[in-house]
Amino acid sequence: MTRSLASLIGIGALALSLHAPAQAQAADPNLARNLAATCANCHGTDGQARGEAAPLAGMPEQRLLNTLSLYRNGTLPATIMHQITKGYTEDQLKLIAGYFAAQKPRQ
Amino acid sequence: MNVSSLRIRSDRMNSTPSTLPSPSRRALLGATATLGATSLAGCASIGSSAPSIGRVVVVGGGYGGATAARYLKRWGGNIDVTLVEREAAFVSCPISNLVIGGHKQIGDVTRSYDSLAASGVKRVQGDVVAIDAAARKVRLRSGAELPYDRLVLSPGIDFNPNSVGGLKAALDSGRILHSWKAGPQTVALRRQIESMRTGGVVAITIPKAPYRCPPGPYERACMVASYLKANKPGSKVLVLDANPEIISKKGLFEKAFAEHYKGIIEYRPNAELKEVSGTTAKFDFEDVRADVLNVIPEQRAADLAVQAGVVNVNQRWAAVNWLTMESTTVPNVHVLGDATFPAPLMPKSGHMANQQAKVAAAAIIQLLKGEPVNSAPVVMNTCYSFVTATDVVHVASVHQYDAKDKTFKTVPGSGGVSAQASALEGRYALAWADNIWADMLG
Repeated sequence: MTRSLASLIGIGALALSLHAPAQAQAADPNLARNLAATCANCHGTDGQARGEAAPLAGMPEQRLLNTLSLYRNGTLPATIMHQITKGYTEDQLKLIAGYFAAQKPRQ
Repeated sequence: MNVSSLRIRSDRMNSTPSTLPSPSRRALLGATATLGATSLAGCASIGSSAPSIGRVVVVGGGYGGATAARYLKRWGGNIDVTLVEREAAFVSCPISNLVIGGHKQIGDVTRSYDSLAASGVKRVQGDVVAIDAAARKVRLRSGAELPYDRLVLSPGIDFNPNSVGGLKAALDSGRILHSWKAGPQTVALRRQIESMRTGGVVAITIPKAPYRCPPGPYERACMVASYLKANKPGSKVLVLDANPEIISKKGLFEKAFAEHYKGIIEYRPNAELKEVSGTTAKFDFEDVRADVLNVIPEQRAADLAVQAGVVNVNQRWAAVNWLTMESTTVPNVHVLGDATFPAPLMPKSGHMANQQAKVAAAAIIQLLKGEPVNSAPVVMNTCYSFVTATDVVHVASVHQYDAKDKTFKTVPGSGGVSAQASALEGRYALAWADNIWADMLG
């Protein structure tokens, strides 16, 4: 009994783990790129910023996502980012953070 | 569009200056296809890379067009992209009010198009005189013809001066400047203000919204006033606004007018210009005699958009499918920037044109490949305005595509304006310019 329940849970977990990547694959593969491109006007093409804007290319995903979340919930003071981050969903911010993390920072 | 036929055509015709209309081209395609697989394979192996997925001609090298051209190459790879622009260099409207105020030189807002070549964009300096949407080709004044699979039109604005008596002649003669397209008129307005008598009046008239760059006229008033304050004491700036109130960043501009330009800037709402005579601006109830009269005329999509047949809203703007930026009237023609009929609360700004260009570039690549376009695009706007030589205010908005209503909508609770003007945002504004110019031009 216990065993069969465990195997059931096991099968459930396996099905879940199979399901998640399948969903990710079904999503538009260019979505992260397209979303991140909305940041380029201030933060440079692919996050290669010039001047005072924060360079995002190569920033670790979790660090960027945390920063964006803190702007979004108003914890981190900002001139403008608290207003902009509220326009994106958390999923979109995650895609954006993942995209910039994968870009090589300028040497 | 059939992908394999595109490949065949591109392979066969890339090196020829042929401008055959579509039916003949298709006939030729058929003929080419019958040559068989061996000959096609031979073609494909010529050159170092994969065959082109198609030809895109981009007309207009401003914030929309240059960005579209660069991103088509960045994201599309093997795609033929030709940018047609009449001017030799890009001159930015954003930041150009600082030139009028004497805080920047025209060279500071001018960038070469040469850097686009590194992205693989072919550039043609010339004037487009005709767009044949049926044959899918554009004709230049030089007589050259450029065939396309997809055309991107980012033509900007032209003016509707005829509702104001005497305005067309005054603009045509150059006596009255609009300075609403950056370039020689920017420098000329600065000269007019510099040579004005001390104690004189600069009048700026603003048309009813919508027009290019909603906060621009109020920023201009601040820049002119900052120059007069420092150099010509006793002079005034009269802001004559056809709108019932300041239409962008209202509280912040009112504060700037009161804090920095008290007794210099005078703001009058509901002032709709009726006639221009010399440097006198005539309204329903008064005539305003100015020493320098700067008329920002009523605007519409540029002549080229009219000629292309994409202007289909109020005879002024071009409606587009927001998933692709393709004209709702003319197939295979994508329209960007100030010429478009905007989604709700979407400003006519260089920043927005740049964002629209990326939506268009991504969609065009998908369409040429025969693959689905992004069904959930997002665009956003950030607009900085200088209220003094150093202090800046912003307005920002984020627009998500709404599949049900097939338009972009601002996200409730997002966006907004500066808490107050600051020098920090002044530095961000200049960084914005540096970054967006590099984003569009390389």
